[in-house]
Amino acid sequence: MAARAQGAPNSSAGRAQGAPSFDVATIRKDFPIFETGIAYLDSANTSQRPRQVTGAMMEYFEKFNSNIHRAAYHIAEEATVRYEATREKVRDLINASSTKEIIYTRGTTEAINLVAYSWGRKHIKQGDLIVLTIIEHHSNIVPWQILAAEKGATIEYVDIDERGELRLDQFHKLLERSPKLVAFGQVSNALGTINPAMEMVAAAKAAGATVLVDGAQGAPHQRVDVRALGCDFYAFSGHKMLGPTGAGILYGRRELLEAMDPFMSGGDMIKAVHIEGTTYHDLPWKFEAGTQAIAEVIGLGAAVDYLSALGMDAVRAHEREITEYAYEALSDVEGLTLYGPPPSRRAGVISFSLEGIHPHDLATIADRDQVCLRAGHHCAMPLMTRLGVAATARASFYVYTQKDEVDRLVGSIKEAQRIFK
Amino acid sequence: MSTRAGTAADDQFYREHILDHYKNPRNFGRLENPDISHEEDNPLCGDVIGMDFRIKDGVIEDIRFHGRGCAISQAAASLLTERLKGIPLEDAKKIGKADVLGELGIDISPARIKCALLSLKVLKVGAYGLAGSYEDEE
Repeated sequence: MAARAQGAPNSSAGRAQGAPSFDVATIRKDFPIFETGIAYLDSANTSQRPRQVTGAMMEYFEKFNSNIHRAAYHIAEEATVRYEATREKVRDLINASSTKEIIYTRGTTEAINLVAYSWGRKHIKQGDLIVLTIIEHHSNIVPWQILAAEKGATIEYVDIDERGELRLDQFHKLLERSPKLVAFGQVSNALGTINPAMEMVAAAKAAGATVLVDGAQGAPHQRVDVRALGCDFYAFSGHKMLGPTGAGILYGRRELLEAMDPFMSGGDMIKAVHIEGTTYHDLPWKFEAGTQAIAEVIGLGAAVDYLSALGMDAVRAHEREITEYAYEALSDVEGLTLYGPPPSRRAGVISFSLEGIHPHDLATIADRDQVCLRAGHHCAMPLMTRLGVAATARASFYVYTQKDEVDRLVGSIKEAQRIFK
Repeated sequence: MSTRAGTAADDQFYREHILDHYKNPRNFGRLENPDISHEEDNPLCGDVIGMDFRIKDGVIEDIRFHGRGCAISQAAASLLTERLKGIPLEDAKKIGKADVLGELGIDISPARIKCALLSLKVLKVGAYGLAGSYEDEE
């Protein structure tokens, strides 16, 4: 079993000079799943986990499994310390001002729901405008639709242009109508488009809106500085960034969080409960009711350590290299249509379709070659409708992705074309 | 977790007859003034299947299907229309999952079962809809 996991990758060789980088073949040894021989091209869906993450979780289970925040004995103190240590790691990762601004959630979906419920129900009123974009994941659409229906608010969606990039002209036009809330994804999960988040947040703030950035496809893949970004809320998931499922983050500016009512209520989020009423706990615990996902949060801390040791700039540089390689390789395939912007303006996500072959058939054929590929609407049905397709195939990459996995995908595509010829 | 493929059944997944029905669907198109017309979709993968029936004296005299989607959903629909043409509607109602999967003749993974059974759903809802007594079997 791994020693106390500090999250350091197997090796950080090659970081000495020049552009930040790491040796992919070396870090792959931290991911036992690759011993099965799979080519894993579905990291935008969920990432793989290194031993450092599962080791940190196992260590909790085997050495100090206990509940947090009510320690009368040593192992519970240890559990609490490690659980809370993740908060500082995450704060540092996204450069928040305080750990009070780092709320643990189950993931991005719960984080956005928390804002829709606790902030939205207080501040969104009849006739208010909410601005979203057509490329949002369902988790950044449905909570706002429910809120808008309840309050009688209106939702407008920013469209995309032919390259799959947001129509900023339309965005600025919508801002003239003084929206109460602007919520958008930093990176599109379906197209990989990197949105000009900095510019969009600044414009939305200038227009007086509260701004939520869905960072589910952002934080795992690039350096994020929430203070520089200037958003009010930033949501992301641990399981897309080498961590386990069930642990995610809501960052919120402290003034906003302080003024918000709790989301879930019950144990642990209170200071005192009397039959006449209840005093809520301070931030961040006010938003963390009930027994938490302790092992998962500890695992997320190990994942953040791992990524921090690699360096987020190096992560981005590696993904960019793989994405350029894959984009070029796929462009050479006859009868293949690529969706979204050129590799320089996209994250490690490539959506495509093949003439005469449904994405699900391709995914089934790829699966026979142990190539894990996503096929479907990628939880972005409004975008699929906008593109006029029912489904696409999607390959997505991460720190451990190698070029030979992309080559294997191209091999599966050619096999599919041979079968369907 | 993905298992290593390569069994005989896997290698036969896109068998000749499935590809043939996908590329050359039987009874494809629409009927004018059908007695029954029903369409279902599977939003998860965007498969759509619709069927038009002409019923005479309780028998499916003619049938057409339309739609789009993966090879499995389209081939299953094509195979089903071949089976339905000329049989009494009451017999058609008795066709079940096992019959459809049997016609396909391949191992369908849980992820693709909805593709394989979409046309059966169209038949069931369509046929029972006419009788006014359909209840969801699922």
